[in-house]
Amino acid sequence: MTMKKSLTWIARVSAVALIASCAFIPDEAHLYPEKERKTAPDFSLKDGDGKVVKLSDYRGKVVLVNFWATWCGPCQEELPWFKTFQHDYKDRNFTVLGLSVDDDGWKAIKPFLAKNDLNYPVVLADDHTEMLYGNVENLPTNFVIDAQGRIASHHIGLVSKKTYREEILGLLETPTHVSQTNGRVPANGLLAFLRTTR
Amino acid sequence: MTPPPPFKAKAGTTVEARLPIEMQAGYHVNSNMPLDQYLIPLRLTWDKGVLEPVGVEFPKPVVEKYQAPGTPATTISVFTGKFEVVSKFKVPADAKQGPTTITGKLRYQACNNVMCLQPKNLDVALQVDVIR
Repeated sequence: MTMKKSLTWIARVSAVALIASCAFIPDEAHLYPEKERKTAPDFSLKDGDGKVVKLSDYRGKVVLVNFWATWCGPCQEELPWFKTFQHDYKDRNFTVLGLSVDDDGWKAIKPFLAKNDLNYPVVLADDHTEMLYGNVENLPTNFVIDAQGRIASHHIGLVSKKTYREEILGLLETPTHVSQTNGRVPANGLLAFLRTTR
Repeated sequence: MTPPPPFKAKAGTTVEARLPIEMQAGYHVNSNMPLDQYLIPLRLTWDKGVLEPVGVEFPKPVVEKYQAPGTPATTISVFTGKFEVVSKFKVPADAKQGPTTITGKLRYQACNNVMCLQPKNLDVALQVDVIR
């Protein structure tokens, strides 16, 4: 004998508070004015070979920090774009840096990378880094970092390839004082540096 | 989330519990059988207790094409809107009479057409009154 019971229980499978708190940024290139840019929190994370990668290693470059996951459909839409950016701008002091938030770690990421052949560094994010960047509850979440290591733009959710390209080019075409010095302004200042390189 | 009212389960029978789920408009969860190996399926699991879980049945998923602006369409197997997940439990003939609680977890991963939320584990509990 089977007894059937209907339970009047509604499980609201959503994250209402999260959704409500999301700052949706219009899908158009928008770089924060330089004076308003905040320093991007540094992190030290490992790639698939165990090599430590720090954001500060890229000081002097424009960096697109991409929080993503193998299970995130919208993130997968972006990956071909980011491969193109890496190909087109890697010789112009630019890199994409992928931070995977996959709970299963490299067990999930490595087969995905093998299949998708990403041409830029990918590291495994940790809770601390996610917290530093605002908890990263929604994916994709991307930060465009200027050559001085400051957050120049960020986007939550999928925006257009054009938006990213314009932001990256906007930063690459901005004169920078540190691009040839790996982020360190020489002790004697910029002028001294220019003199030494003549 | 509103705690479910207790329900009666007769010893020596099989009982069915329906878990109604409601998605926020515009959002979906992957079905229990997503079409892509990387996607996280909907799972409902129950802990061992006085009642023995013997199966979970999901509704027929909706196969939809999602397309974000400027990207190719993707076919996905999802649940949207309101749906129910049915769990079956055996009530042993010698089950102790009286109230008990069955606990479990609903694991889900929700997205809309431009973003995904990180996977979540939602604690679920059923208040059961075992009767003879």
